[in-house]
Amino acid sequence: MAVELLKGKVHKYGDNVDTDVIIPARYLNITDRRELGSHCLEDLDKNFVKKVVSGDFIVAGKNFGSGSSREQAVIAIKEAGVAAVIAVSFARIFFRNAINIGLPIIECQDAAVAIADGDRVEIDLSRGIIKDVTRKKHWQAQPFPEFLRKLIDAGGLLNYVRSNRQVR
Amino acid sequence: MSMTLAEKIIAKHAGRNSVQPGEFVEAKVDICLGNDITAPLAIEQFEKLGFGKVFDAERICLVPDHFTPSKDIKSAQQVASLRQFVQKYGIKHWWEIGRAGVEHSLLPEQGVVLPGDLIIGADSHTCTYGAIGAFAVGIGSTDLAACFGTGKVWLKVPPTIRVIYEGAPQTWVGGKDYILALLGQLGVDGALYKVLEFGGSAVRNLPVSGRFTMCNMTIEAGAKTGIIEPDGVAVKFVEVSAERPYEIQHGDSDAAFESTIKIDVSGLEPQVALPYLPSNVKPISQVSNIVVDQVFIGSCTNGSLDDLRVAAKILDGRKVHPAVRLIVIPTTPTVYVNAIKEGLIEKFVKAGAAIGPCTCGPCLGGHMGVLARGERACATSNRNFVGRMGHPESEVYLTNPAVAAATAIAGKIVHPEEIVGKVS
Repeated sequence: MAVELLKGKVHKYGDNVDTDVIIPARYLNITDRRELGSHCLEDLDKNFVKKVVSGDFIVAGKNFGSGSSREQAVIAIKEAGVAAVIAVSFARIFFRNAINIGLPIIECQDAAVAIADGDRVEIDLSRGIIKDVTRKKHWQAQPFPEFLRKLIDAGGLLNYVRSNRQVR
Repeated sequence: MSMTLAEKIIAKHAGRNSVQPGEFVEAKVDICLGNDITAPLAIEQFEKLGFGKVFDAERICLVPDHFTPSKDIKSAQQVASLRQFVQKYGIKHWWEIGRAGVEHSLLPEQGVVLPGDLIIGADSHTCTYGAIGAFAVGIGSTDLAACFGTGKVWLKVPPTIRVIYEGAPQTWVGGKDYILALLGQLGVDGALYKVLEFGGSAVRNLPVSGRFTMCNMTIEAGAKTGIIEPDGVAVKFVEVSAERPYEIQHGDSDAAFESTIKIDVSGLEPQVALPYLPSNVKPISQVSNIVVDQVFIGSCTNGSLDDLRVAAKILDGRKVHPAVRLIVIPTTPTVYVNAIKEGLIEKFVKAGAAIGPCTCGPCLGGHMGVLARGERACATSNRNFVGRMGHPESEVYLTNPAVAAATAIAGKIVHPEEIVGKVS
């Protein structure tokens, strides 16, 4: 398996970034994915979509993605071009949604605290290594449990369900 | 091996003798649900799977309740996609607008969700059904899509925190205050990935409506769900409308809880959650001079008949403050009809309230009472995040229905006693 190395700039936010600020309800009548992406984080940081470049990362504090179950929050982040989210912790429905539709997420308290806004970061997803190039520091995230690894390797929940169905 | 109530239900649905916190299981689902903003995405994902049929047309619920009656063309398209899916696959549990209500009030009332069930819903407040002894968790649209096809869900078995409420509450204090007080202690991630199991005499003395309110807001502490051991009160509620047989589960008396929290409600004042977190809670005596523009009584948290009765007691014969809009939304058509029969609706309208159709509407800033820049609302709903009810520079204060009704009259957040005097 080729080592997938993600490289990008960090947009840093605090604790409890909820899904209402990631994609406000006034946009939940939108089904076009790209349009959802154009409103990503609008109520937290109006300039986010102007600043973000494809391949960038969001780094945040604890309980990222809390509140509403809206999967549109994960879609908006993906469509805005964010390659991965690093946080101290994730709210559980957001966590599921990200795993299910393939937004790379990494729980790593030390990294999430130390990395600053604007830092250049490299992430080796398969090995769970986060490197802050700006600060010349690196961290090892806890690996995913085996079951989640299977889901991730399958390419998300739909592919996992599809391949299990063929086996049966 | 001893298990908590939540573990018992998970083990049974995973075909296991026992489960332990931290394990991953694939569990059979009794009921899955989605609404007009989460189900369209699930339907799109399900069609990509190419199953051609759903696992069981009787165990899927679709409730158009968020932006309904459709607020604009895009919302109408979303409901249309639900309608189409319902017809294509012969989905049994579908409520057309007019028969639909706020999903988490409607499904228990109609006897669709039952004790001992394992329920998943593409809505974070699915945890509400724990009040009748079900294990009910919020999930995303893709989880729902997979469940449409397989009837299963993947779950990590959560540890359980037990919360014991004891004591006799003061007048105007109820389930909303119990859960807000806990949120104030735990914070918005204090129960992350965990189950909050409620017990104690104060919980047993609550009507089912107050228990639904408590379980409803467990997600606000990050919990996977809330749950209460079903007792006579719960069974009496369920028996009225249960649409199929069910099997009540009980936790073992020696089950291992991760921790136990004790709360004495006897001195508890009505609680208020200040912007912008549901955990930013203060007793009402510490909240002064919060002038409001709007009051909302409704939502899956506090829009039950019991809640409307409480509000009507305070609003009866009084007038809403000239500078305040009061919006009252009964959660289901049955609640609505009963509120008419009991004369509650007349009291609200005479007091100067606007009555909405059964919808989530203003709770999530959808429609039927969206806030302008700089406006402030007192709401009986569950979230007060930035922009939750409208403009990102608006504010939401969360309270119980009695405080909300008193606030509508006073024009600022007040204890109900300031309107009706002390009740001995």
